[in-house]
Amino acid sequence: MNNLVIGQFIPGKAWLYRVDPRTKILVTVVYVFLLIFASTWPAYLLATVFLLAALVLTGQSLGLYWRGIKPVLWLILFTVCLQLLFTGGTPVLWQWSFIKITVPGIVNSAYVVLRFVLIVLMSTALTLTTAPTSIASAIEALLKPLKWVKVPVAELALMLSIALRFVPLLMVETDKVMKAQKSRGMSLSTGSLLKRSKAVLPLLIPLFIGALQRALDLANAMEVRGFENADQRTRYRVLHFTKDDLIVLVATSTYIILFIFLLFVH
Amino acid sequence: MTPVRAKVGMVFQFPESQLFAATVIEDVMYGPKNFGHSDEEARDLAEQALRQVGLAEEFWQHSPFDLSGGQMRRVALAGVLAMDPAAMVFDEPAAGLDPQGQAELIDLLRGLKEAGKTVVLISHQMDQVLALADQVVVMQDGQVAAFEPTEDLFARDEAWFADHSLDLPAPVAFARQLELAGFHFDHLPKSVADLAEQIKTQVDWTKVSDQPQGGHHA
Repeated sequence: MNNLVIGQFIPGKAWLYRVDPRTKILVTVVYVFLLIFASTWPAYLLATVFLLAALVLTGQSLGLYWRGIKPVLWLILFTVCLQLLFTGGTPVLWQWSFIKITVPGIVNSAYVVLRFVLIVLMSTALTLTTAPTSIASAIEALLKPLKWVKVPVAELALMLSIALRFVPLLMVETDKVMKAQKSRGMSLSTGSLLKRSKAVLPLLIPLFIGALQRALDLANAMEVRGFENADQRTRYRVLHFTKDDLIVLVATSTYIILFIFLLFVH
Repeated sequence: MTPVRAKVGMVFQFPESQLFAATVIEDVMYGPKNFGHSDEEARDLAEQALRQVGLAEEFWQHSPFDLSGGQMRRVALAGVLAMDPAAMVFDEPAAGLDPQGQAELIDLLRGLKEAGKTVVLISHQMDQVLALADQVVVMQDGQVAAFEPTEDLFARDEAWFADHSLDLPAPVAFARQLELAGFHFDHLPKSVADLAEQIKTQVDWTKVSDQPQGGHHA
């Protein structure tokens, strides 16, 4: 699990680390959203250039991003096969019953791969350069307007922060329980499907109990330290917009305009 | 991989966190059943192991989560003992136990040694190491700093122990002080009782009296 690059935060000093997390989340969301509409190769080219610029600005080696792609490679290949073998259109290169490989099919497959890779890498760049707690703060700040419609934003943000905090702990615990049960002979790879799903119980139950116990302990600890209401909490680190954010926003706006323009160019 | 697991039992730190079954006896039966024993055989092995760790029969049908921390630890230990492995590794088995629990644990480990099992104990507590170990491996910064019989290890000087963030166990420290005063120990005292025995043979009892003498108080 520790080999997963996407979602991991790696501290660094590159320029992108200094950009406000709210800006980064907004840019990522807009980028991914726009990508859905990409249909021409100039648009894809622009999107790739934008992404590469972002990757360079994270200051991490490109090899790291390659490792980030590898886990999803199978998913990508599977989707590509579907596109390749079942897209209609002309000219048809090869056909066998209802399976056909067409030129539009090949083009679409290339687009699908590209889109996948761009989305994964942009998200990776976001989580790589933004500490989980910063992401939680940014989401809370961005969702604040929802308070006017009685959405409990502060509570949700706190839940998110706590969940993020516990992910690494729970991963360590999972590993430990798995090793303990394995040393008692647990095997998840033998037996019928039914047997195998029952075999997961010795893993799940200790994890649940452990997580619940942790939650109770945390609640006590928070109360003892004066916690009453998520809304009343103040911040130690306050988010500020700086010149760097302005640069990013201007660059992204330029990107958006160019991108939309290129959607109509062939 | 599985045949090895049947031969080497691992007890992780805070093993009570791995309990999961509906009753104590079922949890302890889990290991033996995984390694091919029938239900009755597994039950026998489980009952034996539970007796070995000193958990009373009245608790065997309880949920493991209804037990105290110390009892839960016994159940977890029994779960590994029930597989009757030839070798066992214990990672800080006494962590969080009260003094009586620690003493009972040491007795358990000693019993396993005497039954012929190979026991690997990972511990920071030098008294435990002194009482139980035949050979000691000292690690520092991921490197082996010493690998020798217990007697040789505790013959090293205090500076070495300080350098490795270790302490001399109480019986050894005390014995060294006495050696400076002229006492002679023919073997390393493995416990306070052992130390007392060795001292007893060297004191000139004719010079020691129960009666208060002059201004002294008994």
